[in-house]
Amino acid sequence: MRKKSRLHIPSSSARPGEKPDFEYLNLSPAGSVDKPPIDSRTRDIEHLSTGLVRVLDDDHQAQGPWNPDIDPAELQTALRWMLLNRVFDQRMWKIQRQGRISFYIEATGEEAISIAQAMALRPGDMCFPSYRNQGLYMYRGVKLVDMMCQCLSNTRDMCKGRQLPIMYHSRKANVFSISGNLGTQYPHAVGWAMASAIKGEDHIAASWVGDGSTAEADFHHALTFAAIYQAPVILNVVNNQWAISTFQGFAGGERRPFAARGLGLGIPGLRVDGNDLLAIYSTTLWAAARARRGGGPTLIELVTYRGGAHSTSDDPTKYRPKDEWASFPLGDPIERLKQHLIALGHWSEDQHEKLEEELKVEVLAAWKEAQQYGTMTEEPFLDPATMFDDVFAETPSNLESQRRYMLEIEGS
Amino acid sequence: MAKMNMIEAIRSALDVLMDKDPNVVILGQDVGYFGGVFRCTDGLQRKYGEHRVIDAPISEGGIIGAAIGMGVNGLRPVAEIQFADYIYPGFDQIVSELARLRYRTCGEFFSPVTIRTPCGGGIRGGQTHSQSPEAIFAHISGIRTVMPSNPYDAKGLLISAIESDDPVVFFEPKRLYNGPFDGDPDKPAISWVSHPKGEVPEGYYTVPLDTAEIIKTGEELTIVTYGTLVHVAQAAADAVGVDAEIIDVRSLAPLDVKTLVDSVNKTGRCLVAHEATRFGGYGGELVARIQKECFYSLQAPIGRVAGWDTPYPHAFEWQYFPGKKRLINAINKMMAAA
Repeated sequence: MRKKSRLHIPSSSARPGEKPDFEYLNLSPAGSVDKPPIDSRTRDIEHLSTGLVRVLDDDHQAQGPWNPDIDPAELQTALRWMLLNRVFDQRMWKIQRQGRISFYIEATGEEAISIAQAMALRPGDMCFPSYRNQGLYMYRGVKLVDMMCQCLSNTRDMCKGRQLPIMYHSRKANVFSISGNLGTQYPHAVGWAMASAIKGEDHIAASWVGDGSTAEADFHHALTFAAIYQAPVILNVVNNQWAISTFQGFAGGERRPFAARGLGLGIPGLRVDGNDLLAIYSTTLWAAARARRGGGPTLIELVTYRGGAHSTSDDPTKYRPKDEWASFPLGDPIERLKQHLIALGHWSEDQHEKLEEELKVEVLAAWKEAQQYGTMTEEPFLDPATMFDDVFAETPSNLESQRRYMLEIEGS
Repeated sequence: MAKMNMIEAIRSALDVLMDKDPNVVILGQDVGYFGGVFRCTDGLQRKYGEHRVIDAPISEGGIIGAAIGMGVNGLRPVAEIQFADYIYPGFDQIVSELARLRYRTCGEFFSPVTIRTPCGGGIRGGQTHSQSPEAIFAHISGIRTVMPSNPYDAKGLLISAIESDDPVVFFEPKRLYNGPFDGDPDKPAISWVSHPKGEVPEGYYTVPLDTAEIIKTGEELTIVTYGTLVHVAQAAADAVGVDAEIIDVRSLAPLDVKTLVDSVNKTGRCLVAHEATRFGGYGGELVARIQKECFYSLQAPIGRVAGWDTPYPHAFEWQYFPGKKRLINAINKMMAAA
């Protein structure tokens, strides 16, 4: 008989048909984690990587030292952006299901992260996003119609049909290009921040990866370089519990939180309620100020839940309980901010409903416009001859001759 | 003009450009205080400071990844990977990011990184310090792949590479650092001093990134080669006494097809030679292109000399290395054919 294996295979707390169980999350009550000065030594603030910075409590009140005291009007704006992100995602998901685009990724349940962090950063700070950070592009002024055109690979596609849907970029908005290879943007952010420091500039960089991608070498390269050179960068780990079908234990999250990954290198870690816009905003502001004054990198773990499927190609009912999100103790970031504003007397269910309707109209109008510039199946079409552009700064003769041959064979 | 070996020529290129453009920075293992294990960056940190000649940790993926980010932020990074054999941890960053950034953003973002890396054997380096992986990089759309064979080209090509807005993987055949090598390990080493390509201008000049060079004109046979084998091929042709035209490809991608084709159409015979392993090697591409363009001028099948399809063995270095004997043998066979 074979001896019992000593190999540990992590297993999620619940699979389909089982009762969701988030016991493992190790939550702290809102307001209970202290806010140290930004020049604190890493060794003195190690506890921030195992606690959980929360501002909004279960009664929708803002609590404790991390409360950023944001003006209610600004909170309403934040709520608008988060809701826009969700309404946009819902529309695009339907469009994908209708077969109008090939692929989509929604940020449902994680909208507070992109919006709060975009609010906390300055426009000159460079963002190196992951694929669920569409809110960054929206907040920084990329038009919905331009994002839709990208997803459609149509004549107005910023990527000229070269990238899978959702892999946006915007130089103007200082939001980098999304790669399908995960985690690769992390060392870019560090290098960008190093260059900022070399040039004596004030800008910082920020990047995002999921819990799953922390297992990639690039994650470790980035942390090592950030620590060595004290690069002015904020490295975010969006821990949404799931990397397609593998829960965060498969990236090593079972014993120590992701926020603690940098401690061995002397990088402070903040573990933050990723569904609490106020906590995210406040901790990002702290890390940004620390980086700007030469305090180096901060690793922020944003504890959240992937409310939807990984992508339109995924079916999460095959590997996790259907109703798991409803049991997630940190709730829904939009609902929480909405209830907070209502508790403050600056929002109502009616206003919320009205806003949602407005946003749906805005998104639908953008979709109608986007289709005018073509779809994968309806004219106008992108010119395939453009596929030979931008491989190099100037197109070399071998590509020019392939272009000519392609046109000859395929027609123009 | 000054006499320079290849190390000095590379250092001079870096010096000239760091002086000219404050955005040029160097990043790599041992490149700073120490000046590089092959001394290519010796003295540059003292001259330009530790913020521009940056010692990096043993993390090739990190060096290339960080260099890409620096390039996106307006710097012009020159990353040194200490041996080409060590480049693989950075391969994903080169292929999926560096080579593709301009394309996937339609030119909005790009990163003008030059990756310098010593390649090739003949220095008793064994399989982890002798590889010639240029074919792997020449295969990747979106990067330029370059390999000089002498000090003059090394400096001129490196200046072009760093100034180019395209990413460049710049292979330096380390056996040629200190002198031209004719493939005979038993002969005393010769220096670049007496070689015409060891004459190098001290200031700024460029060698274009997309041209091959005819090293020696000839009428009977064209030898298409690059790197260390440029010198071995010359010695082999001399030993046979054949009037060979020797072409140094030097820019592997994009490739200067015209120079090769014109030559082979003239001579009617072509031998392709490189140090890297044969199967799937860069020579295969050369043979295919020349065959297609020169088929009706060929008087013999195109010959091919390369390293064996094994790893580079430490103890059998000279049996592995495609040296003079293998080239002489191939030349004789070709000349005997119809």
